[in-house]
Amino acid sequence: MSAAKLEFLREGREDTMLETDQTHAFERYKVKIDSGRIERRVRLNNGLKHLFSLSTVFALVVLAILLYRIGVQSAGWLDLQFLTSNLSRFADKAGIYGAILGTVYLMLIVVPVTLILGVSTAIYLEEYAAKGRIQRFIKVNISNLASVPSVIFGLLGLAVFGRMLNLGSSILAGGLTMSLLVLPTVVVASQEAIKAVPGFLREASYGMGADKWTTIRKVVLPVALPGILTGSILAMSRAIGETAPLVVLGIPTLILKIPDSVMDDFTALPIQIYYWTLDTVLTPEYANLAAATIVVLLAVLFILNSVAIIIRNKFQKRF
Amino acid sequence: MNIQNPEIENNVFDVRGLNLWYGNDQALKNINMQIEKNKITAIIGPSGCGKSTFIKTLNRMIENVPIVRTTGEILYHGNDIFDKSMRVEELRTKVGMVFQKPNPFPKSIFENVVYGPKIHGIKDKKLLMEIAEASLKSAALWDEVKDRLNDNAYGLSGGQQQRLCIARCIAVQPDVILMDEPTSALDPIATLKVEELMDSLKQEYTIAIVTHSMQQAARISDKTAFFLMGDLIEYDKTEAIFSNPRDKRTEDYITGRFG
Ligand SMILES: Nc1ncnc2c1ncn2[C@@H]1O[C@H](COP(=O)(O)OP(=O)(O)O)[C@@H](O)[C@H]1O
Ligand SMILES: [Mg+2]
Repeated sequence: MSAAKLEFLREGREDTMLETDQTHAFERYKVKIDSGRIERRVRLNNGLKHLFSLSTVFALVVLAILLYRIGVQSAGWLDLQFLTSNLSRFADKAGIYGAILGTVYLMLIVVPVTLILGVSTAIYLEEYAAKGRIQRFIKVNISNLASVPSVIFGLLGLAVFGRMLNLGSSILAGGLTMSLLVLPTVVVASQEAIKAVPGFLREASYGMGADKWTTIRKVVLPVALPGILTGSILAMSRAIGETAPLVVLGIPTLILKIPDSVMDDFTALPIQIYYWTLDTVLTPEYANLAAATIVVLLAVLFILNSVAIIIRNKFQKRF
Repeated sequence: MNIQNPEIENNVFDVRGLNLWYGNDQALKNINMQIEKNKITAIIGPSGCGKSTFIKTLNRMIENVPIVRTTGEILYHGNDIFDKSMRVEELRTKVGMVFQKPNPFPKSIFENVVYGPKIHGIKDKKLLMEIAEASLKSAALWDEVKDRLNDNAYGLSGGQQQRLCIARCIAVQPDVILMDEPTSALDPIATLKVEELMDSLKQEYTIAIVTHSMQQAARISDKTAFFLMGDLIEYDKTEAIFSNPRDKRTEDYITGRFG
């Protein structure tokens, strides 16, 4: 008999041995119904159910109190005049037009910078980099960067963009700092989206003589796009809400001039909230202005998150 | 190229002393085999014997597995496919592939078929439409989809998806079509359709098909190769393999004694 055939026979025998072992195990015990035990488990389950729902209620109550207070404080202050006026020392004349513009300018830098750098990095790491220790080391560290506190990115921005490149506390410095802050999140989200593209789609493309870049551009990226967008939008909403890096950069307290180039100083929505809150001791109405600004900021974030959810649902798993 | 033996002219592939390893595990052992023009060559053998590995080596798709190492040569019309001057993109344009699981792109039926022509530089809309129609007709799918070319390919049945993949492959105008168990995910009726299709395709193309079904090999192929644990045990005309196998192991396999 040939070696090959022997090998087959041997494999076959091992299979049957496994089966007999299992039969023995089944014979060695019997499942008995223990009513007391089942009763206890059912009661434990019910108890836990209430505990879990209580936790949810707690979070909802805190959120409701927050929203209620902000709502009450901003009532009467949030109007068209507030949205379209610039800063003023007089609370009833002050508005957040400059802060809105500042946030928009900030995003005009953050969005292209992070998307281009982030998606390129993800493509490199997932598609081109040789799989190995170095690639894994880089990936782990990018994930780690995503959880570094924003103050530290602020300090980095201050040192590199503010001081070294002499950009001061301009829109450009703020935008680049914010880009650094959210870049790891965009990279990780894009990596996940690219990794989720099934290999059989790439194979189909390679099988027709497509090169790697063509395959990435025509197959991988279109399929990964919803995932990349969802992750990126969530990252952007973080950039819009972050305060600490801008504080560290030294965004000035009072800007009465509307910025008209990226080299100008600026203020942004979260910064405005921060400074108005600080100054409530002197001018109590500033608390109302801060509350009104929070409503605007929350509305923007709410819209962004909704868009992300809509994209995610619309393009949910097709494979 | 100098061709002494007229038979060589008929060989699309000439595999010489091919060995292949996944890391340290040898999956193909000294394979010598010719694949003839305008014939259907079936590759049979028990699961894990290296059928997919072999067929994916013919268009170098196997190189997508980073740990793969090969020795020996595979001549495609006389040119070694492992030669440095051979671009895999060129090889795969001439040697198309249909996979085990239908793998259309999540795009419209039309966009699926014209993917290949488009990436190879054809832009003319009218020409692309003609290519799509001709390819879908060759794949016996045209009548079923002609009214919904812009619908997503994922709305098709499994059998239709597989024929779409064959149409997509044909649209590149390959010379050889490699098929790795193309009907194993299909129901019997869809399988029959794909088999009929293969028979009509061999007028124009050379087909190599991996199948785990001996009946399928017997029904459709001109030549059959029997693999066992990385060895090519026997390779002959299909009638000869099934009626009069020379090797005891081939006989055991086709009579269902193992595998
Ligand atoms: N990507 C891989 N990495 C390592 N070993 C593999 C890989 N693919 C296949 N093999 C091994 O190579 C052998 C042949 O596999 P394969 O060509 O898929 O067989 P078949 O298609 O005949 O079922 C098997 O022993 C399998 O475990
Ligand atoms: Mg296989």
